[in-house]
Amino acid sequence: MNRPLIRTALRAGEPAPAVAELPAKLRVRHLNFYYGAYQALHDITLDIPANRVTAFIGPSGCGKSTLLRSFNRMYSLYPDQHAEGEVLLDSVNIIELARDLPLIRAKIGMVFQKPTPFPMSIYDNIAFGVRLFERLSKRQMDERVEWALTRAALWPEVRAKLEQSGDSLSGGQQQRLCIARCIAIKPEVLLLDEPCSALDPISTARIEELITELKNDYTVVLVTHNMQQAARVSDYTAYMYLGQLIEYGDTDTIFIKPQSKQTEDYITGRFG
Amino acid sequence: MWILGTLFYEGGAALLRAQLYYQMTPPPGDDGGLANAIGGSLVIVGTATLLGTPVGILAGTYLAEYGKKSWLAAATRFLNDVLLSAPSIVIGLFVYTVYVARAKHFSGLAGAIALALIVIPVVVRTTDDMLKLVPNSLREAAVALGCPTWKMIVLVTYRAARTGILTGILLALARISGETAPLLFTALNNQFWSLDLNRPMSNLPTVIFQFAMSPYADWHRLAWGGAALITLAVLGLNDVARVLFTRKD
Amino acid sequence: MSAVLPISESARTDEVAARSPRHGSWGDALFENLTRLFALLVFALLAAILISLVIGSELTLQKYGLGFLWSAQWDPVQENFGALVPIYGTLVTSLIAMLIGVPVSFGIALFLTELSPTWLKRPLGTAIELLAAIPSIIYGMWGLFVFAPLFQAHVQPALIESLGSVPGLGRLFAGPPLGIGMLTAGLILSIMVIPFIAAVMRDVFELVPPLLKESAYALGATTWEVMWRVVLPYTKVGVVGGIMLGLGRALGETMAVTFVIGNAYQLAASLMAPGNSIASALANEFTEAVGDVYFSALIELGLLLFLITTIVLAFSKLLLMRLARHEGART
Repeated sequence: MNRPLIRTALRAGEPAPAVAELPAKLRVRHLNFYYGAYQALHDITLDIPANRVTAFIGPSGCGKSTLLRSFNRMYSLYPDQHAEGEVLLDSVNIIELARDLPLIRAKIGMVFQKPTPFPMSIYDNIAFGVRLFERLSKRQMDERVEWALTRAALWPEVRAKLEQSGDSLSGGQQQRLCIARCIAIKPEVLLLDEPCSALDPISTARIEELITELKNDYTVVLVTHNMQQAARVSDYTAYMYLGQLIEYGDTDTIFIKPQSKQTEDYITGRFG
Repeated sequence: MWILGTLFYEGGAALLRAQLYYQMTPPPGDDGGLANAIGGSLVIVGTATLLGTPVGILAGTYLAEYGKKSWLAAATRFLNDVLLSAPSIVIGLFVYTVYVARAKHFSGLAGAIALALIVIPVVVRTTDDMLKLVPNSLREAAVALGCPTWKMIVLVTYRAARTGILTGILLALARISGETAPLLFTALNNQFWSLDLNRPMSNLPTVIFQFAMSPYADWHRLAWGGAALITLAVLGLNDVARVLFTRKD
Repeated sequence: MSAVLPISESARTDEVAARSPRHGSWGDALFENLTRLFALLVFALLAAILISLVIGSELTLQKYGLGFLWSAQWDPVQENFGALVPIYGTLVTSLIAMLIGVPVSFGIALFLTELSPTWLKRPLGTAIELLAAIPSIIYGMWGLFVFAPLFQAHVQPALIESLGSVPGLGRLFAGPPLGIGMLTAGLILSIMVIPFIAAVMRDVFELVPPLLKESAYALGATTWEVMWRVVLPYTKVGVVGGIMLGLGRALGETMAVTFVIGNAYQLAASLMAPGNSIASALANEFTEAVGDVYFSALIELGLLLFLITTIVLAFSKLLLMRLARHEGART
């Protein structure tokens, strides 16, 4: 941990490379999204760089969560929602995928606004996803659970009570449990949908610290309504408004000298 | 409360006599117990629950997880309500015409089928309602891990809704324990100890009915004993269900 | 603080490449179709009940047609059947039950939510729930052995004395005090449905936001005015639902009625007279019925009862839907 735990928008240092110069993990091409007849996303095109933290910001209802949820086809649960266009994960178009959806979803972990521990023990919460895809011996599973919990910075707090229900943890711990649950199945991308909006400031700081650490191994996409949070943890930021991508670039540029007047108004609080 | 008072006043004495539990139903004027009726009731109610619960849970699962607001689900919900409100004696009549009349004999199994038909709509309703109470975020979390829908339902939402569903099953059990009408012409009655599902089987409600309608005082006493026993069982089941349900919240 | 355990990149891709869902997508299709099958089974069940009852009653349906509905004949020996008496009995006993049960339940629910001291609320509420759970056969027995004799000795003579001589109304209360009969059956039914309706009413009354009641009280409304003008309109959907459930239960109730109605095929104006209801006729005669026509007549009775309760249910659903739509339109 040679890096400061929490960065600020005004950090100094080497300029970040432009998005186009980095290898992309997810490529979004001309994505349109519909809730029934209502169009929520308009022709979104952007690249999510690998092993970086990318943040989506914008006022509520701007479509940032919708965009995130189309990355793992979460909308397929609801018959009246559909998407058109391309979301390419290593050249596989997720939107068109008919079979093997569970496999793709296993590569793309997701953490939600509110913690969603399953109604089972802490241990089983972690093991649940692993058991879907791998047959591990008891010892291997123990190791995996410990590894995931350690990675999510939760191990020291729960090592003595793995058999207790996941509901018995505090909100911040539950959220880290959910992150551990995602990590346990070794995904490549982590989608975080306002992971801190239900948490207190201390838990929030821990999660943010965790996000920064995780990007070494994962591509992280973060939706947040909290601009300071985006500034603190992300490398790249996309500003969305009314279902359209207004501006996308490295976080320093977006926050310090945005190109678009709209973005500037939002960032400086003259709007939203 | 007055009702419960007389019930236990009249039935209490009978309840305390051990014979009630090990002797057969007697002819008028003789001493006896209700052993065959108690045994029969347990078998019939148990079989009915085993038959009805899985059907109810699966149908309820369809409504809550797959059908949701489709016309098929809406229609099934309505028909299920019709079934729920159907008089139990009509259910008995139905089982008589399609099963007893064909098989040409009354049987414990027929009684169990009739009771299962009463269990099904209750369980469908509670399963549907309880699964709907499970937050969607839990489903999304499971699916986001790459979990197929059916595993999500079996491993996550069932688990989240299990106390609610269990409560529903217990309430259904309580309801059929006291049901008399559909048993009158399905399981009929049997004066002897028989747990053979293919033969007429004695059961508490029918015995109570016959004995209470009879002119013999000692039969009346047994009827009161049986009534007290059933009431205790039903109230006990309700109590367990209530405790389960409140502990969940 | 958290330790970072880097995972070896090559190991990870190997594992990821090797993994496959342990149960393929066929599991999904299988489970969905399985559950749908059982949902359709509910469908099929209802259809089967209707069809089997219609087939079972074919003989009488053909022999009497609609005349079955208003013939008061019921003569197993001559094989001449009509359903008027049991239909009349069913409707009258349920009507009595509702006339008494609804206001009393309303009073109980009102007392429980608004007036009752807190220490009394829980035991009283539990008692109501317990009473709602008691099997109906117990109500029937209690009616026959306890209630009917008391009724015969004390209440009926008084009713006959006082009301029997009133012109018009008197016909309802004429005749000897037998103890059992339609009035007794109706009363037992009302006792049976009261805890049921009261429990539903109490539940919906408790859903009324306290703020709404408080603002009405703040305007100087009396308890009665608050109930009548604020709580009742707010909860009418639930209240109507509860009453309809109670009515459905009363119509189809077998055991409680069979014990005390008297089982006589006569069309009497007097409520004191014994009568018969569809359900009790079935309970009493079905296993003893001989002859195809007799059988068929009884099954047709069952069919009628089923139709009546279904119509009541459908009607109440419709009412609830319209009420709900009105609510929606207003807001």
